[in-house]
Amino acid sequence: MRGRALDRAFQVLALLVLCLALAALGALIADVWRDGAARLSWDFLTGFPSRRAENAGIWHALTGSIFVIVVTAALAVPIGVGAAIYLEEYGTRSVAARVIEINIANLAAVPSIIYGLLGLGLFVRALAMGRSVLAGASTLALLVLPVIILSTREALRAVPPSIREGSYALGATKWQTVWYQVLPVAMPGILTGTILALSRAIGETAPLITIGALTFVAFAPDGLWSPFTVLPIQIFNWVSRPQPGFQVNAAAAILVLLALLLTMNAAAIWLRDRYQKKLR
Amino acid sequence: MRHAFVLALAVLTAACGGGARQAGEPSATLITVDGSSTVFPISEAMAEEFGSANPDVRTPTVGISGTGGGFQKFCRGETDISNASRPIRPAEIEACRKAGIEYIELPIAYDGLAIVVNPKNAWATHVTVGELRTLWAPEAQGKIARWNQVRTAWPNRDVRLFGAGVDSGTYDYFTEAIVGTEGASRGDFTSSEDDNVIVQGVAGDELALGFLPLAYVEQNRSRLKLVPVDDGKRDNGAGPITPSAETVRNGTYQPLSRPLFIYVSRKAADRPEVQQFVEMFFSRPDLVREVGYIELTLQIYELARKHFAERRIGTAFAEGGSQVGMTLEALLARER
Repeated sequence: MRGRALDRAFQVLALLVLCLALAALGALIADVWRDGAARLSWDFLTGFPSRRAENAGIWHALTGSIFVIVVTAALAVPIGVGAAIYLEEYGTRSVAARVIEINIANLAAVPSIIYGLLGLGLFVRALAMGRSVLAGASTLALLVLPVIILSTREALRAVPPSIREGSYALGATKWQTVWYQVLPVAMPGILTGTILALSRAIGETAPLITIGALTFVAFAPDGLWSPFTVLPIQIFNWVSRPQPGFQVNAAAAILVLLALLLTMNAAAIWLRDRYQKKLR
Repeated sequence: MRHAFVLALAVLTAACGGGARQAGEPSATLITVDGSSTVFPISEAMAEEFGSANPDVRTPTVGISGTGGGFQKFCRGETDISNASRPIRPAEIEACRKAGIEYIELPIAYDGLAIVVNPKNAWATHVTVGELRTLWAPEAQGKIARWNQVRTAWPNRDVRLFGAGVDSGTYDYFTEAIVGTEGASRGDFTSSEDDNVIVQGVAGDELALGFLPLAYVEQNRSRLKLVPVDDGKRDNGAGPITPSAETVRNGTYQPLSRPLFIYVSRKAADRPEVQQFVEMFFSRPDLVREVGYIELTLQIYELARKHFAERRIGTAFAEGGSQVGMTLEALLARER
């Protein structure tokens, strides 16, 4: 009887905690919405930055964010998934493998500004990429790689051994087994991890400021070598300006960033569902 | 899935094979500006106007990495123009010299730092530099905690301090002007890199005192009260002086007004689009006023234009760092 009551109490507690978390998010969105919703317009989306708050837009930052995140994904996903496949399917259980494993887990916890410093030294200066989209995306790719590797490994590990054994039993090679059997099954998990990692990257400001992403760029990025800015940097700049009009702009830009994030997540969920359906 | 991977690989190879450029060189036509966050709104306004007036040239880009961070990039040849809220320091002069970067120093505007209290504060009608020093010096930490410890006529109530974050040029300048040593102050005050936080703090606390760039005060007139500052010197206006565009320009609001600069790389100065862009800083003081700063006199703009045309290399502030008590007259004399 007592156990049942505890069970019930815990259920209520868990529900309360969930409500609390959702309420915090709801309050945040409501607050930003109140400040910024009226500012959202086609002109705001397609405009360029301006010293006059009412003329300023975010086209440069929106395209910058999207461009950077696409290049980041193009760099980080193949490398991350590849590394995870090697570690999980090919790698041996040696001491070296364990050291690498621990290091990747540690890297996932390194503050993002450290990656910014690495990006500045390696990509911007040593590799002479300058303060370009490519340098920014490479830095963010480094930042999200450990998360992608870790979540891909988890996903691969969750594939039942019977699938691999069945494949081998039919005479498939290791490559065929991984490519045609293991990866499709692991795909939903890989996608979830990837999208979480990219969602983190799209909100990052510190590493991009460190590598010298700009604040005033009055054109959309037009190539990998183009200078760029991103939404979080533009928001940060507007929030710190004295004129009240810029605070409104910042709230509106936050709404756009949230919408972008939700679109990305929705796309990931859609992709995941598609793979899951295919498997059945 | 295969499509996804092929696509990703294609983008990856495109990304890696995108052709190499010279190490860190600014591109030939794009004008790159970086440096102080204080100067940023001015350069941003100039770039915006330049962009709309010259649609065939790419609009200059402006970054914010602080005066020091800006000079670091500038002296590596990564930027064409560096925004600075203080003159170049000896270490930075040395770095530029080693890299072979020559520069032209141009004053472009004035900025004032205001002392503000809550509008409900009826007692702080003026303050002297000495009293500010008592309040902000490193020795004050943990000791000077009540208003009457600064001036006995003031009430026996707590004083709560607000100021710029220690990484900002504003903090550097304030400490240099008030305490006498750049970067030396008490640590027990509420500091923020975001000046709006200081506005909020002072506007919501009857016992607060803080310092702010003048532009922030202009935008929050009803929520803050300006405190006139007396520097104890007679030759630049006796008694307490209230900061305003007028008192900053005529040099009576001292020591909390400072000139702002841009540094133009000698190499970039030969490019016609850079010349056109720099010319805007001399010919459009209305933009300086519009973004909340105080323009120099026409005479100084004329002088700066001449320096630029003659490619006068180097700095008028060989001793470097924040300069206190720089009136327009003094600046003129230095620039001549």
